[in-house]
Amino acid sequence: MLGLTRKDAILLAIVTVVALLAPFILNPFPTNSGFAQFNAGYPDLMQRFAIFGIFAIGFNILFGLTGYLSFGHAAFLGVGSYAGIWMMKLLTANIIPGIAASIVVAGLFALIVGFISLRRSGIYFAILTLAFAQMSYALAYSVLTPITGGETGLQLKLNDPRVLDGALAPGERAHANLFGLDMTSSIEMHFGAWQFTFNTGYYIAALVLVLAFYLSIRIFRSPFGMMLRAIKSNNTRMTYTGLNARPYALAAFVISGMYAGLAGGLMVAMDTQVGPERMFWTASGEVVLMTILGGAGTLIGPVLGAGLIKYMENIISKINSGILHEWFYWMPDGLEDFVITLVYPFVGKGWHLTLGIVFMLVVIFLPGGLVEGGQRLRRLAQGKRAKKSATQTNPAE
Amino acid sequence: MGILEVKNVNKRFGGLQALSDVNLSVAENTVHAIIGPNGAGKSTLLNVLVGKLLPDTGSVMFDGQSVLGRKPYEINQMGISRVFQTPEIFGDLTVLENMMIPIFAKRDGAFRMHAIESVRNERAVVQQAEDMLESLNLADARHDHSASMSRGNKRRLEIGMCLAQEPRLLLLDEPTAGMARADTNNTIDLLKQIKDERDITIAIIEHDMHVVFSLAERITVLAQGTPLVEDTPDKIKGHPKVREAYLGETAAA
Repeated sequence: MLGLTRKDAILLAIVTVVALLAPFILNPFPTNSGFAQFNAGYPDLMQRFAIFGIFAIGFNILFGLTGYLSFGHAAFLGVGSYAGIWMMKLLTANIIPGIAASIVVAGLFALIVGFISLRRSGIYFAILTLAFAQMSYALAYSVLTPITGGETGLQLKLNDPRVLDGALAPGERAHANLFGLDMTSSIEMHFGAWQFTFNTGYYIAALVLVLAFYLSIRIFRSPFGMMLRAIKSNNTRMTYTGLNARPYALAAFVISGMYAGLAGGLMVAMDTQVGPERMFWTASGEVVLMTILGGAGTLIGPVLGAGLIKYMENIISKINSGILHEWFYWMPDGLEDFVITLVYPFVGKGWHLTLGIVFMLVVIFLPGGLVEGGQRLRRLAQGKRAKKSATQTNPAE
Repeated sequence: MGILEVKNVNKRFGGLQALSDVNLSVAENTVHAIIGPNGAGKSTLLNVLVGKLLPDTGSVMFDGQSVLGRKPYEINQMGISRVFQTPEIFGDLTVLENMMIPIFAKRDGAFRMHAIESVRNERAVVQQAEDMLESLNLADARHDHSASMSRGNKRRLEIGMCLAQEPRLLLLDEPTAGMARADTNNTIDLLKQIKDERDITIAIIEHDMHVVFSLAERITVLAQGTPLVEDTPDKIKGHPKVREAYLGETAAA
């Protein structure tokens, strides 16, 4: 189906169903229950799941397949965002030209950065990409202020030209839209104690995520994808097999830059603003974490990693000492305070600490990321169910 | 005029004259062995032939074209394949994928962007790779990761990958180094089979005299960066200069 093997088609189907049903899946707790704070089914966060999923899928095409570790991919996301918002300011608040411009401009920028950075490999390549990203950040912050809006960034304004759009009615604001479909519009559904939100912006991002995922499967399974894995596996043999590794790596770099641009364009489409902090090196590091956490070189891993990190960033960081007291009120006073003192550093602003520990545990015990964890669980379950034959599992998932 | 003509090649590393005035002619469709004690410059010469090193002076012609200044992958595309001392294969890929890559390289050249079609649908390439593995007795392992194979099978795979490109010249750098006797004999048999079945020139660098005398039709003895003698195996066996070069090494060691 769709040029995929049965296994890949099933994976794509699962991703599609999960993406479509996310508003239900991510809101398992009734709105008024104590667990409601663990619900992630609100538009803003769901959009971020989809967008960072796309970002990580693209990053994985470079890092997971070729092994080239870019530490500057946020630059392409940022450049994509700036290109997108300029299209929305100058042409139309319809998101299509904006996203198209994001992909194209980020791709061109990746071509330049990749052409230079791929002259080196390993740590030097990583440092070169990091340097490019930090230069982009610094430029956006200072010298390029006329284009980037400097520290305050860019937003949609009333006096933007928007030559393709009609004049706005007095008091009306320009809304990012898809042929009139407002990105911020939502339909709410109440079901007993539960509340589910279906947001236009999320569904557009989810649709793009599914397409991006599908494209990545095709790339993984293509001869091109095989060549990229060959680069990672043995560059010497690659060269002595008459293959020029540089253009292969550059193509992978540009494709992953375009994915990052697409993610940046979608971000702008959702919140119609952009600032330079989007290109800061921590943002580049985050996508590396997502990919490794989920499982570099696997198809679904980066999406899982992106989801986990964004979930922790938004949910664990909201747990404050008041909430902790609510949880542990049943303990004797002294013990309650003790437990809260122990737990407090790991929640709220300390969520990075939790993330760091999770990351360390995964890298040490599950070098293949969450995907490897899943595979081990499945093997364990299979082993218990039928111990008769040693079945071979295919590691490429 | 041989398929490979090396003329007056010199290469110096700092104070060491690694190659001095090397002249070598490898005739088409022969097996030519290059032997010599450690430090004789065999590996340097090989690296010059495949484009990894540029000599200071001299010329290297392959089939009438100069290889000097070309990148290793370009020289490979001209028809020179190299087998390494330690098997260089794609360890993370399956045996079948390992075999498909040189076939793609032969068909599509040094770079081609085929990012959407599926590898599965490249039936001709898959078939050719399967046939090749069959002839190497590696078909049973085709879905295994190549890194998990034995040393001897890795060597067979590497030689097979080079052959899949249908090279005109196959360079082997101590192909049996560190191998058990049985694997060494298997490799010798494989190379004999290749020599009998194909129009191919083989240049082999080797320490193991058993391997050399089983295969070679011509032998060049290299010592201290210079060819001492070049002759048939029978003549080389009793040559006083050769004994001296090797015995000298033993005495010094």
